[in-house]
Amino acid sequence: MDKTRRTILKLAGASALGLGAGSLGLLGKGIASAAPALPTAANYDSPLHAKRWAMVIDTKKFDDALLKKCIDVCHTIHNVPDIPTKQNIKWLFTGDYEETFPTEQNNFLAEGVEHRKFLMLCNHCTEPPCVRVCPTKATFKREDGIVMMDYHRCIGCRYCMAGCPYGARSFNFMDPRPYIKEQNPLFPTRTRGVVEKCTFCVERLAQGLMPACVEAAGGAIYFGDLEDPGSEVRKALRDNFAIRRKPDAGTQPGVYYII
Amino acid sequence: MLEKALRGSPRYWGLLFVLMAVIGLGLGFYLYQLSFGLTITGMSRDVSWGFYIAQFTYLVGVAASTVMLVLPYYFHHFKAFSKMIILGEFLAIASVTMCLGFIVVDIGQPQRMLNVILYATPHSVLFWDMLVLNGYLILNLVIGWTTLQCYKKDVPPPSWIKPLVYLSIIWAFSIHTVTAFLYAGLPGRHYWLTAIMAARFLASAFCSGPSLLLLLILFLRKLTKFEPGKEAIQALSTIITYAMCVNVFFVLLELFTAFYSNIPGETDPMVFLFSGLEGVRTLVPFMWTAVVLGLGSLVLLIPVKIRYNQNVLPYALIMLVVGTWIDKGMALIVAGFTPNPFEKVTSYLPTIPELMVALMVYAVGALVLTILWKIATSIRMEKEGV
Repeated sequence: MDKTRRTILKLAGASALGLGAGSLGLLGKGIASAAPALPTAANYDSPLHAKRWAMVIDTKKFDDALLKKCIDVCHTIHNVPDIPTKQNIKWLFTGDYEETFPTEQNNFLAEGVEHRKFLMLCNHCTEPPCVRVCPTKATFKREDGIVMMDYHRCIGCRYCMAGCPYGARSFNFMDPRPYIKEQNPLFPTRTRGVVEKCTFCVERLAQGLMPACVEAAGGAIYFGDLEDPGSEVRKALRDNFAIRRKPDAGTQPGVYYII
Repeated sequence: MLEKALRGSPRYWGLLFVLMAVIGLGLGFYLYQLSFGLTITGMSRDVSWGFYIAQFTYLVGVAASTVMLVLPYYFHHFKAFSKMIILGEFLAIASVTMCLGFIVVDIGQPQRMLNVILYATPHSVLFWDMLVLNGYLILNLVIGWTTLQCYKKDVPPPSWIKPLVYLSIIWAFSIHTVTAFLYAGLPGRHYWLTAIMAARFLASAFCSGPSLLLLLILFLRKLTKFEPGKEAIQALSTIITYAMCVNVFFVLLELFTAFYSNIPGETDPMVFLFSGLEGVRTLVPFMWTAVVLGLGSLVLLIPVKIRYNQNVLPYALIMLVVGTWIDKGMALIVAGFTPNPFEKVTSYLPTIPELMVALMVYAVGALVLTILWKIATSIRMEKEGV
């Protein structure tokens, strides 16, 4: 009993010291400047919930600037390093029609589609092969359909990368930290030797916020509950013809594309 | 019996020291990898498995191929294999050791590898591969060691060894089947997504594994007074010939399905291997070398007269081992990642540090094999009074 109380007091003291050090700037510029933005319990009062989160990307509305804006905000807040080699890390990235939809080849594409770039990210599949193959359950599917990773359990076997038919996963071949321009202290950086990918911004959904790319896209990306007929994504899918990447893989991707 | 490993000729000790030196050198490169990460390899976001996993796959085959001796000996009472069988079991032990080594050097967080047991995940094939490989290692250790000890003491093997031997025969098929399932069940990796993957693995294992074993045994015969017996050599070379024919047949089946169906997903990896794709031709010279060596080995193996000529046999075996190694130890993994999910080609070749780490694992296997075979041959020499 006494021991427990002492441990708690010690922890409380250490935490207070840590917070103080952070706001005093002892832990470096990044943390000190971000300290006022530290979320409190109140931020988590009204999280967003869904039975099955899904995304609908209206590809017509994107130009190069908007694509860059979405990618930049995603990679900045998630501390995604910018590594200039083929061992790079990508959460949100682009490709042309043929790269994005290789199973839907067409000789003569409509001009608008031929030169269009498409956003690619983890599809948060209903039947995710990465979850099936992971030998430690470091990659797992939440009840709301989001495919998540535990970076502390991942052994770096990269079986999930072989399993993913969408090339959505990246492996930290090296320590990523030197390649992060400005660290966001509110999101963990990853370590060498683990796999990572897009998380549908679970950390933002928990605070009642939409995913960062959805917010940045300013209406060009819909996000919501696929099982709620009244949701924005269902409305977008009712009003527009949309396709998904490699539907023949049987994975049931959660990201739809309005062409 | 271990004391046999502690007494040997200067040549034996010399070999051990050379192997230790190679291990030490490779260990330096492994420490380099441990401090900088797998970035020191040629692997990339697109080709995320490479030389290490390929060697692992090849060596699982070598380990499984012991069954080509054990099965005729125990199921068909083919006594000619009696002298070779312990060497085969010990080669299996060395091979599985190397397999486990290649997994350890390949993973990004080796200090967490026991998570595979701590968070056992039966829906992952890797979990089953871990089980069957370790099980096979234990089976061969127990069977090999016990039968050798009984031979040394002139007593019949204990009755409980028979069921273990029968289990090990089925188990041998399982290790390579499960290893094939690692690849064959992935959507979007067209080169691997084939129902005959496990069959192909077994066929290539049953020709390349015994070839390697026979080569090592012929080498052992040169170095020592060990005599495997003419009948055993001929029988094993016949088994190798049949298995290689089946192996080539399976490759042709794959080629037919790919090119007659003309489905790009099926043909692209084959085109990449044999003529290059999107300008990347890294594996083309290797693949054609493999074709020439593989077919060349059959030319030397199919005619009985040439096959039984022990001056020619080693060359046929070397050709076969190198050819099948290129197919499985180089091409298989890279072709599975080519083209990538965006239909683009990223080239891969192992780097020097990567090859040195691989060399270390091979040297560990060679060290284990040397010590085990030293024990086995010393005991045989002693018994035969040579």
